[in-house]
Amino acid sequence: MDTFAITQVIWWLLLGVLLIGLAVMVGMDMGVGTILRYVGRSDAERRVALNIIGPHWDGNQVWFILGGGAIFAAFPLIYATAFSGFYVVMLLLLWTMILRPIGFEYRSRIEHRAWRNAWDWVLVVSGAVPMIVCGAAFGNLFQGVPFHFNWDLTSFYTGSFLGLLNPFALMTGVLSLSLSVMMGSLTIMNGAEGQMYRRARGVVQLAGAVALVLFALGGIWVHALAGYQLVGSPGEGVAQTPLQQTVTLAPGAWLHNFALDPLLWLLPLVGFAGIIGALLAARAGRSHVGWWCAALGWAGVIGTAGSALFPFMLPSSADPSMSLTLWNSSSSELTLLWMIGFTAVFVPLILWYTSWAFWVMRGKVTPESLADDEHAY
Amino acid sequence: MINGTVVDLSRAQFAATALYHFLFVPLTLGMSFLLAAMETVYVTTGKPIYKQMAMFWGRLFMINFALGVATGLTMEFQFGTNWSFYSSFVGDIFGAPLAIEGLMAFFMESTFVGLMIFGWGRLRKGQHLAVTWLVALGSNLSALWILVANGFMQDPKGAKFDPVTMRMHLTSFQQLIFSPDAQSKFVHTSIAGYVTGAMFIAGISAFYMLRNRHMDIAKRSFRIAVLFGVLATIGVVTLGDALGFVDAQAQPTKLAAMEGLWKSTPAPMAFNLIAFPEQAKQKDVGAVRVPMLLSLLVTHSLSGTVPGINTLEQQAAQKIRNGIPAVEALKALSRDPQDAAAMAQFRAHRADLGYGFLVQRYAPRLSQVTPAQIERAAKDTVPPVAAVFWSFRIMVALGLMMMAFFVLATLYSLRNRIQNKKWILKVAVWMIPVPFLANEAGWLVAELGRQPWTVYGVLPTWMSASTHSVGYMVFSLIGFVTLYSIFIAIEMYLMIRAIRIGPGEYDDDGAAPLLPRPMLAPRAQPAVPYGGNLEG
Ligand code: HDD
Ligand code: HEM
Ligand code: HEM
Repeated sequence: MDTFAITQVIWWLLLGVLLIGLAVMVGMDMGVGTILRYVGRSDAERRVALNIIGPHWDGNQVWFILGGGAIFAAFPLIYATAFSGFYVVMLLLLWTMILRPIGFEYRSRIEHRAWRNAWDWVLVVSGAVPMIVCGAAFGNLFQGVPFHFNWDLTSFYTGSFLGLLNPFALMTGVLSLSLSVMMGSLTIMNGAEGQMYRRARGVVQLAGAVALVLFALGGIWVHALAGYQLVGSPGEGVAQTPLQQTVTLAPGAWLHNFALDPLLWLLPLVGFAGIIGALLAARAGRSHVGWWCAALGWAGVIGTAGSALFPFMLPSSADPSMSLTLWNSSSSELTLLWMIGFTAVFVPLILWYTSWAFWVMRGKVTPESLADDEHAY
Repeated sequence: MINGTVVDLSRAQFAATALYHFLFVPLTLGMSFLLAAMETVYVTTGKPIYKQMAMFWGRLFMINFALGVATGLTMEFQFGTNWSFYSSFVGDIFGAPLAIEGLMAFFMESTFVGLMIFGWGRLRKGQHLAVTWLVALGSNLSALWILVANGFMQDPKGAKFDPVTMRMHLTSFQQLIFSPDAQSKFVHTSIAGYVTGAMFIAGISAFYMLRNRHMDIAKRSFRIAVLFGVLATIGVVTLGDALGFVDAQAQPTKLAAMEGLWKSTPAPMAFNLIAFPEQAKQKDVGAVRVPMLLSLLVTHSLSGTVPGINTLEQQAAQKIRNGIPAVEALKALSRDPQDAAAMAQFRAHRADLGYGFLVQRYAPRLSQVTPAQIERAAKDTVPPVAAVFWSFRIMVALGLMMMAFFVLATLYSLRNRIQNKKWILKVAVWMIPVPFLANEAGWLVAELGRQPWTVYGVLPTWMSASTHSVGYMVFSLIGFVTLYSIFIAIEMYLMIRAIRIGPGEYDDDGAAPLLPRPMLAPRAQPAVPYGGNLEG
């Protein structure tokens, strides 16, 4: 492989890392939001839940922003085609996402029951909807997305919004929601005591079981889906456009990579092991261990999906030969190299100071501790 | 073919969401520095009042910050959702600063802002101070990278169009970052943010002084703010001048629009102080001119000239004719990337590719282009003159006005006589909206003046938008406008409420302001609604 192909593969892997970071860190906050009104029965309890993630949600959310920025920089054609194609989905995502900062910051500033209840519901919706929507978008990748290009690479999307809500996509949507609810309840277990702790532990069991079933179901279902195969292209690491390749469809072809390299089966294994580990750890009251197991579970699930799709990133159902792969949608070598440099310096730095921030704010949040701390939400 | 209404709606949506985002950003930029400055005084002198100041202004800061973050999210994804051709065309270059902004700036700002609020009781003094400075640094770095991205749109440096992949490729990262446009823009914009923060704090402090409330905090905050304000307005005016200089080099059509300069004239050129530009007739009505000033301002010499719109239009027509063969060659190359003749034709005409795109709007079949179509496209290269002209004058006038205010207020404040100068205090309160207006006006100059291009001279706006239906665009525009209107109402309410309540109740150690009071642990309400032991 020449250096261009290597940088492309590195960026494909880095995107996976960012996606896992996003799923774990944003997913955890979203999960807390989703179950806010279940684990928190009174205003005091809900404030406990909000303040467990209070110091961190904004930093965590940057994984989401960075995810957008990194796709833009490394795979501009994906950023452009996917975000404009999934237009209504993106709007739903944005409209719910932008309600969250306001919900967190403003909810507790006014002491009024209706005000706080309203914002609580906003946080529930803006926790659940983005996770379902993101998961569903991922599910659609396995079935192809109806878009095509004209001669100058203007992209046209020919599908409808409802078409994106097909059964397979709904299943992946719920899978992603259940994983994030599991992360969220483990986070609550880490930071709360008493009743809230017990309720959260119950949620972990439920969400974990759903996630296990759906992940297994997805594995079976994917045998029946028509998978994409690249049969002719200018080659790896060659500057090209999506207008120059040939792609065919075959049932079960999404498992092709697993047949080529059986080591890949480790990824779904990690997925299952992580989820089961999180379930067991939560039952044993070891929520911190459980949190890390669940994060590993996420990594396994995303790794499985990504490696099944490889080298495709955005398959087209309107004209499979115009599908976007990492070879035909990436930035130039120079950009990829510079961005690898920046990522190599800053991601470790980010992980370091994020850990420090969690360390500073460690410990349990209780209604009493909030009563003394008037900076709290 | 892209529908013109869709392009207009996409522009309206970008303008609305960006102008809205930029209501909150400058205040974040400016206030984060002022907070850090106040806390530094607290840590070095140990006087608790400075901690109270940092905490009180910090609370207002957070009300503003939440909306900055929320509206920023929209911006990050809008390029992909509404400007997909633009995104794939220049993502190779433009995406990089956006991603770096996330890596380097947003993570820092957002992680430490959590500690800044929640960490008062958990961090040592010095640690907390460091955290506050990191928030300020993060917000300024975010401005740097977003303006590098914007600088590329204004003056595309360090990139080249690649006829094989059909999009722009980065050729030099250094040129991208150190483009004069990006650098002068960064300094001008961040300092404009400092002006905004200074005016906001000065105005609210003046409000308290007029009511004789929280005098200790108000007097001190006022003094810090106006001192900062003098420096910042001097900076913003000087660097604004530098920015005009950069524009004169890189974007002659924008400069001509800013000055209402319809015709080229010999040096030394006169400056239109006031005029009413008429686009259709290509002339100014009722112009008040200052002789020689324009040459001095934009070329820093008496013998310098800048071209007028009549000259620029002729040049554009020439470039359009030269660009047409480039587009045609590109079409051939998209069918067959090995076509050597097409490649040679492309190479010969590549410099004016963007101008070829420009006329494609009127002549989809370029082989049959008419002189009338070329003339029409050449006319398009002139931005909306009156809007740019007036936005520019509004910004400059407001800037000079604020400079005068800050100088006067500093003089009185340093002589400790400010609380008696009621009229200055009243002016200060009324001037709170002024920097916000100046900021918005400045962006209108920058972005309207760039038209008809998204990337100056390279990519026309009309090609850049996504291929959505009008219905989708109306739907999303209505959605954003509705949500944002609700947001601003809530924000203003909370802000005014927090200002009314004021620095409020403090424990002896300077901790624990009144808001937000948890429902859980009701404390005795203060007897006087606005009382505070600080007022004695
Ligand atoms: C408090 C706000 C404020 C004040 C007082 C000024 N500006 Fe400004 N100006 C901005 C806030 C701003 C801004 C919003 O930040 C802009 C928009 C784009 C940019 O880079 O900064 C801007 C843009 C901008 C541009 C256009 C940049 C472009 O085309 O890309 C010019 C030429 C100037 N300014 C010049 C001035 C001058 C000569 C001023 C003298 C008084 C001045 N500005 C005061
Ligand atoms: C926050 C400050 C900004 C404000 C207030 C602002 C304002 C505007 C306005 C008023 C327009 C509409 C111009 C027109 O359609 O005639 C516009 C267009 C646009 N701006 Fe900005 N802008 C800002 C910053 C930026 C930055 C930093 C970028 C790039 C990183 C950018 C990219 C664009 C794009 C892509 C368009 C749409 C295409 C166009 O109409 O030219 N803007 N902006
Ligand atoms: C001159 C133009 C701009 C400047 C100086 C600027 C600066 C800032 C600053 C200082 C913040 C911090 C939060 C706050 O403002 O309260 C912020 C938030 C944000 N901005 Fe902008 N911005 C500009 C335009 C844009 C544009 C065009 C985009 C889209 C690419 C964007 C994306 C964002 C995002 C995603 C956030 C949220 C970050 C977070 O979670 O902390 N901004 N911006």
